[in-house]
Amino acid sequence: MKISTEWLREWVEVDESPAALADRLTMAGLEVDSVTPAAPFFAKVVVGEIVACEQHPNADKLRVCQVSTGAESVQVVCGAPNARVGLKAPFAQVGAELPGDLTIRKAKLRGVESFGMLCSARELGLSEDSNGLLELPADAPVGQSLRDYLRLDDHVIEVDLTPNRSDCLGMVGIAREVGALSRRPVKPLPAVEVAETVADRIPVSLEAPAVCPRYVGRVIRNVNIKAETPIWMRERLRRAGVRSLGVVVDVTNYVMLELGQPMHAFDLGKIDGGIVVRMARDGETLSLLNGETVELRADTLVIADNSRALALAGIMGGEESAVGDDSRDIFLESAFFAPTGIAGRARQYGLHTESSHRFERGVDPNIQRYALDRATQLILELAGGEAGPAVEAAAEAELPRPVAVRLRQSRVQQMLGIDIPADEVVDILRRLGLAVTERDGGWDVVVPTYRFDLALEVDLIEELARVWGYHRVPVRRAAASLAMAPQAERRLSLRRLRSALVDRGYQEAITYSFVAPALQEALDPEQQPIALANPISADLAVMRTSLWPGLVQAVLHNQKRQRQRVRLFESGLRFRGGLDALVQERVIAGVATGSRLPEQWAAADEPVDFFDVKGDVEALLALTGEADAFRFEAAAHPALHPGQSAAIYRGERLVGWLGALHPEVQKRLDLAGATYVFELALEPLTQAKLPAFEALSRFPSIRRDLAVIVRDDTPAAAVLAVARSAAGELLRQAFVFDVYRGQGVEPGFKSLAIGLILQDSSRTLTDADVDEVIARVVVRLGQELGAVLRE
Amino acid sequence: MSELDWSELGQLVQAGRAAIANAQELAALDALRVEYLGKKGRLTEQLKALGQLRPEDRPKAGQAINEAKEALQAALEARRAELEAETLRRQLEAGRVDVTLPGRGQAVGGLHPITRTMERIEDLFASIGFAVAEGPEIEDDYHNFEALNIPAHHPARAMHDTFYFDARRLLRTHTSPVQIRVMEAQQPPVRIIAPGRVYRCDSDVTHTPMFHQVEGLLVDEGVSFADLKGILDEFLRNFFEQELAVRFRPSYFPFTEPSAEVDIQCVICGGRGCRVCKDTGWLEVLGCGMVHPAVFRHVGIDSERYTGYAFGMGVERLAMLRYGVNDLRLFFENDLRFLQQFR
Repeated sequence: MKISTEWLREWVEVDESPAALADRLTMAGLEVDSVTPAAPFFAKVVVGEIVACEQHPNADKLRVCQVSTGAESVQVVCGAPNARVGLKAPFAQVGAELPGDLTIRKAKLRGVESFGMLCSARELGLSEDSNGLLELPADAPVGQSLRDYLRLDDHVIEVDLTPNRSDCLGMVGIAREVGALSRRPVKPLPAVEVAETVADRIPVSLEAPAVCPRYVGRVIRNVNIKAETPIWMRERLRRAGVRSLGVVVDVTNYVMLELGQPMHAFDLGKIDGGIVVRMARDGETLSLLNGETVELRADTLVIADNSRALALAGIMGGEESAVGDDSRDIFLESAFFAPTGIAGRARQYGLHTESSHRFERGVDPNIQRYALDRATQLILELAGGEAGPAVEAAAEAELPRPVAVRLRQSRVQQMLGIDIPADEVVDILRRLGLAVTERDGGWDVVVPTYRFDLALEVDLIEELARVWGYHRVPVRRAAASLAMAPQAERRLSLRRLRSALVDRGYQEAITYSFVAPALQEALDPEQQPIALANPISADLAVMRTSLWPGLVQAVLHNQKRQRQRVRLFESGLRFRGGLDALVQERVIAGVATGSRLPEQWAAADEPVDFFDVKGDVEALLALTGEADAFRFEAAAHPALHPGQSAAIYRGERLVGWLGALHPEVQKRLDLAGATYVFELALEPLTQAKLPAFEALSRFPSIRRDLAVIVRDDTPAAAVLAVARSAAGELLRQAFVFDVYRGQGVEPGFKSLAIGLILQDSSRTLTDADVDEVIARVVVRLGQELGAVLRE
Repeated sequence: MSELDWSELGQLVQAGRAAIANAQELAALDALRVEYLGKKGRLTEQLKALGQLRPEDRPKAGQAINEAKEALQAALEARRAELEAETLRRQLEAGRVDVTLPGRGQAVGGLHPITRTMERIEDLFASIGFAVAEGPEIEDDYHNFEALNIPAHHPARAMHDTFYFDARRLLRTHTSPVQIRVMEAQQPPVRIIAPGRVYRCDSDVTHTPMFHQVEGLLVDEGVSFADLKGILDEFLRNFFEQELAVRFRPSYFPFTEPSAEVDIQCVICGGRGCRVCKDTGWLEVLGCGMVHPAVFRHVGIDSERYTGYAFGMGVERLAMLRYGVNDLRLFFENDLRFLQQFR
């Protein structure tokens, strides 16, 4: 809502600067977006009158005018097509400064001297149009400064109104608010008399009274549709950001801006019979004023005549029934539409209009007749015509009634933490136009019908706080009972996991939760992603089923910027199972590519490999204190290298994947170099063990190393598992410390060197004890895995 | 031989001293020890020859030979110490490194600035007893709108630019639905913050279709707007680690009343006016208010007995102000040159 302070002053006295007024409004909840001058700076521009006008001797399109400024008459060369004798127009005198750093000087145009310039609205920064000179009314006082004449030393305050304050979508509402805030009287609506000189009327019937409980209209005959809208009205419309579109439409817009009541004018000749306010019929079509034709839905209210829909009620008029250049008789509409019946409808048709904006939020249900009379008065005054009687159809039962609200003083204290003195409470509410009656520990308050937002006790409390001033509510320091928060020690925090990855050289990334379908398909082809109904772009159209697409995208971004070594991780939700079996699961995922270590003098430059990343994953698993609860199994994943991919289990539950991206996938995505990825469900990873002490053995441990030859496809994990099982309870630790293939080992086989550490808690082990254990291990390895000791 | 050849003894000692002084290795020293002082050493031979002297000469000669032995012994020890010191010196010299060369190994990574900011917010609120709550990102219309007093077709919905999946399910447009889920599960007192991703169908220089919010909710007996002012005032000063002016402006959210927007004195220009604060000296950083009774009704909390406040803040906005980031979109490009500035 754009407020001209000059227009506002017509309703309420404003003695503060525009900036101070803007601040007052902002601090009362009417947030001011900007304060701008109503017109750019210009000086030495006066009302001039063309007293003579002749053809320029040397130029077809120029004329030589004598312009009177009252005191003198000067010669001016002018190119405007509407320059003519008797016209009054803005005249920039020699020495005038115009917008755009233009200074007017004496000049010679095609051999004729010119002492000044006659101006268009555009040249003065008053309009975008430049259809010749700005025509001023015949009664404009010649010689008066144009700024004074048009009251251009005005400011426009643009307020970004919250949806609850529809009462401020008109100048009168703003004036009420300003009056309440600054304790100044607001001019009441002046009485409007309309002389009814014809008896013409058309019937109005309300077929959907719940949505349209009041409809007021009037026939006006013989309107001069081509009458010029006066400059004062055009100026006010301009400052409110509304284009001038002809006198009748300008008047309806003006009344809307003044009173907040949207109006519409029909060409009476296009109405068949009478007005029927009804719900649209499914499939009915209507051509709108904006040139579009819409197919109507049954939930939409229309203004129809006896044969067809004429307008989208409260949203936009129809093209056919609109007032046009040939219109002579019109029918003015001023109606109340219930917000619930209008809200969302404009949006369904892709529309948003000044009218729908107001009706969706709420218009005073008692202003329609007044607005109709006010508009009639203006039309008769500006465009002539003969008015008929007002036709009013109303469903009283459906009209909003003034709301009565009980306000308790104790509740004010409970909500705000302050005691606002009772007389202040009454004063504030009355200034806001509410009727207040004191009654036991509180007040009975009646809300005027223009305040749609006030229906509950808490609404009134907000009004009190707002007008009293939020700054006057004390700042109370937090105080609460000292209840200790539980700390689950068996829960490993996401923060700890993140820190581990950060310490291992990973940079955290945050990628969009929606990704490109093709990338999603390449990296997680077996999951059917959930598609957005209204994605912002085709690249962000489906919900990720894995964090890999986002991370790979981030790798590509960096590779394009000469970063070959990239290690990233992310934690967040992945979305699986489709909408019907939706699982939003928190996971932690990573990607690594490029060299193992940052390039350095003290380590060889080697590419990262599977075991680097596996080490990182194992570090995360180890944080649970139960690394042994997890196992890695070679398994196939459509996006991963078949020989370098592992499914990760905790018990029988699949908790994640680790592997190299399949070379084909890597190539398809244009990734430079082998790329390793992992993803782990977070929940099983955060179940940690509570440490439980075990007594330390006082006796020495003994280490024995074995080298066994097994088939190449025998997993090391299987060898260790057999060794552990066979060694029994004396075994403290078993690990692989070398893997060898090559000379001395037949092709298809490998040699695994295994370290076994044995210890007893009650005695020193003898060689015989140890030999016995080792023998058992060797036998079982032979039996179960065909392993033989390497000679 | 009837008497000691004094000159030979002298030469022997002299020659021995010279040889010892010339020895360059411990092994050479050992050889000299054997040569002079060993069982068949040259001085030892002299001692053996004492018997051939006259008895009256023997003590004097014996003393002289012993003195010569001790002299060589001392020379040997001294030289040994010298050589050992030299050896150590050489070892140390060989072990010298260029301490200015960089260390070996993995570089440290870093947290994303948004995570860093959220952790900071969480920590500040955790210190006064707020627990962290989470909720789904694919939400239903009820929790995202309806239960928050935003019925179908409410004008506030138009401001949310919602991403939809179907008529009922959507991407949450704010973290406020977590309020509802927490209150559905728990009676007061409630004291939570809910950090997380939110989504709006809007993308330009100052909007990304995904961003982060932290929601806060406190419900208890005796909670008022004054408490809300207190906690946010304290939070903002602590977050920015500076004394700054904070102001509360009336505003409108369907799920709180009274509602406020919170501005801080511009941290870029100190309130004098700059491009970032659009010359107002103020920056809007938070929305908040007292929980609306309609919200309490939806979750079955007695709004006569309990009151509460809720607040929501944009994490990107706070991170930009805290770290001076001037382009929102950088947060989601994941350019390492950007990310690595926040280790």
